[in-house]
Amino acid sequence: MSAIQPPAEIVWWKQPLDKVEGTWISIALVWSLIMFFMMPFWHIYGKQNLSSEAYKTTPQAFLAKTEAMVQQYTVRTVNTEKGPIPVVKPPPGSDVYLAGRLWQWYPLLEFEKGQTYRLHISSLDWQHGFSLQPVNINTQILPGYEMVLTVTPDTDGEQTIICNEFCGIGHHLMLGKIYVTDGASMEVGQ
Amino acid sequence: MSNELFRTCPESGLQFHRPAERLMKAHAVVAVVILLLGGIAALLVTLTRWPAVHLLPADRFYQLLTGHGVNMLIFWMISFEIAILYFCSSTLLRCRLATPKIAWLGFALMLLGIIINNAAVANGDASVMMTSYVPMPANPNFYLGLILFAVGALIGCFIFLATLVVAKDEKTYEGSIPLVTFGALTACIIAVFTIASGAIVLVPTWLWSLGLVNNIDAAMYRVVWWALGHSSQQINVAAHVAVWYAIAAIVFGARPLSEKVSRVAFFLYIAFLQLASAHHLLVDPGLSAEWKIFNTSYAMYLAVLASMVHGLTVPGSIEVAQRAKGYTKGLFQWLRKAPWGNPIFSGMFISLVGFGFLGGISGVVMGTEQINIIIHNTIYVPGHFHATVVIGSTLAFMSLTYFLIPTLFRKQVAFPAIARLQPYFFGLGMSVFALAMMGAGTLGVERRHWDMAFTNAALGFDYPASAYTLMGIMGMAGVVSILGGAMYILVTVVSVFFGKPVESESSFGIATTTLKRAEPVVVPDGGHAAAGKWGFAAPGTFLLAIFFLLIFVLYYAVNWKYLASVWPMS
Repeated sequence: MSAIQPPAEIVWWKQPLDKVEGTWISIALVWSLIMFFMMPFWHIYGKQNLSSEAYKTTPQAFLAKTEAMVQQYTVRTVNTEKGPIPVVKPPPGSDVYLAGRLWQWYPLLEFEKGQTYRLHISSLDWQHGFSLQPVNINTQILPGYEMVLTVTPDTDGEQTIICNEFCGIGHHLMLGKIYVTDGASMEVGQ
Repeated sequence: MSNELFRTCPESGLQFHRPAERLMKAHAVVAVVILLLGGIAALLVTLTRWPAVHLLPADRFYQLLTGHGVNMLIFWMISFEIAILYFCSSTLLRCRLATPKIAWLGFALMLLGIIINNAAVANGDASVMMTSYVPMPANPNFYLGLILFAVGALIGCFIFLATLVVAKDEKTYEGSIPLVTFGALTACIIAVFTIASGAIVLVPTWLWSLGLVNNIDAAMYRVVWWALGHSSQQINVAAHVAVWYAIAAIVFGARPLSEKVSRVAFFLYIAFLQLASAHHLLVDPGLSAEWKIFNTSYAMYLAVLASMVHGLTVPGSIEVAQRAKGYTKGLFQWLRKAPWGNPIFSGMFISLVGFGFLGGISGVVMGTEQINIIIHNTIYVPGHFHATVVIGSTLAFMSLTYFLIPTLFRKQVAFPAIARLQPYFFGLGMSVFALAMMGAGTLGVERRHWDMAFTNAALGFDYPASAYTLMGIMGMAGVVSILGGAMYILVTVVSVFFGKPVESESSFGIATTTLKRAEPVVVPDGGHAAAGKWGFAAPGTFLLAIFFLLIFVLYYAVNWKYLASVWPMS
């Protein structure tokens, strides 16, 4: 009469529950419900929620919007061994475009602390992962989909975007930056 | 039924159908060979992610990581599970296996799939990770191998189901199927769902890789692929919980505290476990919060509830069995006096504790909709699933192997001293490994990443020194657990292929169980609780469960606190 044999009682479903099981099931069920309701609770009272705002797009259309923003709001460039990369400082509250492509986050961004931005992110080729470090915000970036993240940086300094979805042999080289300035524009980064 | 078709194991009283026995052996042997391949890849991958060693070049690292993932998560697990399905149907029900010839066809397809997929990865143009996210292309044979394997496994599932029908029809048992077989049935139902999802996503992807389909939508791929990718791990959960119950029965003669509770818990797996595919999509674009909350919580954490129930009832049934043998002193004498030198038990118990405390808690925490923002695709994720799949499933299957070597293979366990130590090396090494990964992931170290120092990148980033320390600890603990894996393979291969035949002495004191019709439960005066405390039949287990819950609550709260510190977003 063990777990590898048929139940001892033909009508096993009428066997009474032991107190230890009944008590534990009640406690575990209460905990399960608390965890469940914590998520809607955070949507109402918490400040860190991903919006479900997203659009279908194409790599061409998204790149065009990104380039238009780069044209309009580039404030400086960062020189790297692999060439200069523009740093874009869009006005607070505006729509900001960030493209992931093999193997770069384009362009670099500069935000003001305490201001809110509508950050649109998409991929121009394969799947990528947006991982902002050290603040530690991670989202999945897909080609053909434009995700809108409404963010309010509340710490200043340099944040690095690391690709955290495997995207081929140059995956570990794929980095970007978000420079957050405190109030008036100050020089950060290189 | 001809008697020649069956043999009865003199030690365990189990009755083996010879054609089924040969199939179980074949599946188990293939599984162990795959484990060896995946283990070699594991060593090289670990030594690359250990920053001070950083062994392989990038291309080789990504290639071996792909091979490690597919071989371990799909091929090793499912090959072993098909053997478990045949054991739980044919052997436990004392029944002939339905259509052994078709079962061999399934075996051949699985083996062919394994070879084709591994050849594609070895060829170097299929380093796309196990997930093979489109539109990153792979050699078409990568998908073809997976498809063939899946078809073979599906045949195995249907052979299992057909055997249940035959057993019922031929009245080889009375009443209901054993709890362990019920657990295997749960695994089988989940497997059918999993494999169907795999076919739906991989067949078009294969055609796409051949140029016959134009475009596979990346978001659609992820939704359907994870119905394969996550659900296949749910097969493992159902299977290893069934193995826990089986080992409790084999080693202690334990019977379930109540059939009703354990079976309802398995049923909750069938009903809700699949929703967890959503865990992988919590930070994907375009999915609504309602969809995420409902699915990521398995409705209302009803599958988590089921695991918490098994987490109590498995050790609880052991406690009751031990107390019935007279180990009634205090709360934990039953546990202290358990056979810790018997790897069948020690491996199973480490599997249970590691799965619950490390894998279970981390899984629920990172599967919380908003908390996933601070964890998605960091190395925390493999930290979690090494605790569930490696400590939980693999170690449980290893423990079962020490029982199968004398009963199924009729060989003595070689190097018993090594076998005794093996679960400790493997289980404890893997526990430290998983914890270190979770720690590094909390500091933002990424998974599937060759170089956390970003050497030669146009831009740079410095992780804190503590992240490097944790990755170093991960490397060392990884090597210890791989050593534990090598010990398992050494013992298994030497026992099976070069071992001495079993005479009459049992290995590791397996309790003699006979599969005769069980006696009705005798409830002593005062109920089951008579041997326990506070009116509880298993008070020690209850205290452990409360301890588990405290850690769970605390860790859950800490993660919300951490989340609250990141940038506000909506």
